[in-house]
Amino acid sequence: MAEPRRQRSRSSGPNRAWAAVTSRVLAATFGGYTLTHVASILLVFAVPASLSHAVLAAMMLSFVIYCVAIIWCFATRSAGRAWLGMLIPTAVLALPAWWLTGGLTP
Amino acid sequence: MKGGFRQSMAWLHTWTGLILGWLLYFMFVTGTAGYLDTEIDRWMRPEAPRIATDIADRDAIERGLAYLRQQAPDAGKWSVLPPSGRDIPALLTFWQGGEGDGEGGRGILDPATGEEIETRDTGGGQLLYRMHWRLHYLPDLLSGWLVSIATMLMFVAIISGVITHKKIFKDFFTFRPGKGQRSWLDAHNALSVLTLPFQLMITYSGLIFMMFVCMPWIVAAFYGTSEAGRDEFFHEIFPEPAHVETAGPPAELVALDGPLATAADRWGEGSVRSVEIEHPGHANARITLHGSIASTPLRDAPSLTFHGVSGALLAEQTVGTSAIRATRDVFLGLHEGLFAGPVLRALYLLAGLLGTGMIATGLVLWTVKRRQTLDATGKGSARGLALVERLNIGTVVGLPVAVAAYFWANRLIPADFSQRADWEVHAMFLTWAAMLVHAALRPRDRAWVEQFAIGAAACGLLPVVNALTTDRDLAHSLATGDWLFAGFDLFMLVTAVASAAMAWRLARRRAAPDASRRGRRMRNRPIGASHEPAASNTSRQ
Repeated sequence: MAEPRRQRSRSSGPNRAWAAVTSRVLAATFGGYTLTHVASILLVFAVPASLSHAVLAAMMLSFVIYCVAIIWCFATRSAGRAWLGMLIPTAVLALPAWWLTGGLTP
Repeated sequence: MKGGFRQSMAWLHTWTGLILGWLLYFMFVTGTAGYLDTEIDRWMRPEAPRIATDIADRDAIERGLAYLRQQAPDAGKWSVLPPSGRDIPALLTFWQGGEGDGEGGRGILDPATGEEIETRDTGGGQLLYRMHWRLHYLPDLLSGWLVSIATMLMFVAIISGVITHKKIFKDFFTFRPGKGQRSWLDAHNALSVLTLPFQLMITYSGLIFMMFVCMPWIVAAFYGTSEAGRDEFFHEIFPEPAHVETAGPPAELVALDGPLATAADRWGEGSVRSVEIEHPGHANARITLHGSIASTPLRDAPSLTFHGVSGALLAEQTVGTSAIRATRDVFLGLHEGLFAGPVLRALYLLAGLLGTGMIATGLVLWTVKRRQTLDATGKGSARGLALVERLNIGTVVGLPVAVAAYFWANRLIPADFSQRADWEVHAMFLTWAAMLVHAALRPRDRAWVEQFAIGAAACGLLPVVNALTTDRDLAHSLATGDWLFAGFDLFMLVTAVASAAMAWRLARRRAAPDASRRGRRMRNRPIGASHEPAASNTSRQ
């Protein structure tokens, strides 16, 4: 099976390839999970229902978001872009999420 | 970018499918068995008497309460479930501890007499089904996360599989047998595409089943991480109206006639699925009657809550008030299929078996492709490939053999052995371990043949074991029209024949390999056929 396109680098041996793959896996697993949560938390505010039901709706949709994030991490050109694809949206969405939820309740 | 996208999705599909592929196979085997959980329960308790089906709910419930009054007068909560279809085959009673006492218990009663049904202690089909999401031997949290991760990987595997499958409709009708790797791919594709809607539904609903475990921080962002916060969230989603924490001073429980009559008025006769009584025998007692969640895919039911001493109606909950709750409930309802009648249940079973085959063919395809690459070009990890090949044999064939061992243990472990229920399960996992060891030690091709042969014996001899240890052998079942026992025996015999056919076919193929194959290896001819069986029935229960 073909692997996702490797980063262009001078020293591209098998170790380099596996480091890139591992990097994508980490970006997808943890970066994607974080992005999913931030996006889902924001999604709660978009659902016209009581808070508990809006949270329920956001939870049900969260897996679609996570799946898209994971696919991005492996479809995009490089491991670096995978990370950027996770971190930048997370940062952008975290601010309104934090503000709207009044900071994380203890 | 298109070529690159499909390629990367193919890679993703391969690895998400493989990483926890054997766990997913286990979940599919136990989940498919779960659609017949009460039938398997029945088979594993052969000495249980036939339950009369014409007992009025009212009488059954009264007998259940009488039993609970005797067994657990100080319990904090009683539950009684009168017999109802295939889902609740006997009169079930449960109790949970009273003040400060965490103990609980249950009694399975004959609805005609209110007496406990004395049968051998066994986990039955329910335990087999429970392993589907709880696994076994593992703490709750760990199994919850493992199952969640496996389900998410499956979801990604399905989506990436669909993306990567270029000619998804044309290929549906393609099957090229006897061509090694290509045949395995065709089989995997056919099984996957044929049941794609079911697999998507079952996987996404599985995620929704697990979402409280694996996406808890969405709740925490709004309700906090404390237990009180979480409880608040759950009480808003699953409200318990008129619930009171303290029991209050002793007081007599009202007769159930009034509440049952009210339920009959609203829902019709015989629609009470369960009666729950909180703080029985105390002033703050509450009687809640639940309708049946097994009647529709919505898997939700109305309830009526009465004051336990005065009998006054305190609260009524109807169904379908929240579209969001309903969405969740329908997902869960479709997953569990409690509402399914015999025909739909057979379809569920078929889809489950085909899904199991989808996973099995995927796992084998992975090794066939890698073995071809390794033999032709020397590229790839020989150790990793060997590991996967052996895990495949010991799981694809070994796990169903282990399930057969569970049934063997049920018949062979003496009824008075104190931990027989635990040891039935130990027998299953010990057998699986033994099959894995066998797969590791034997030459690979022989291992497949031998395991299929063991499978044929394990399934084929089970009706014999049944005949020797009970009086409900196949002849008797057919004569008395006992379709459950007859069906079980016949299913085992059919599986045994299929397994034996596989073993024989693989042995024959090994005995007469294509002598020129080695010479042609370098010319890229598919050699999968010389090592692996051609695509055929690999989905077994």
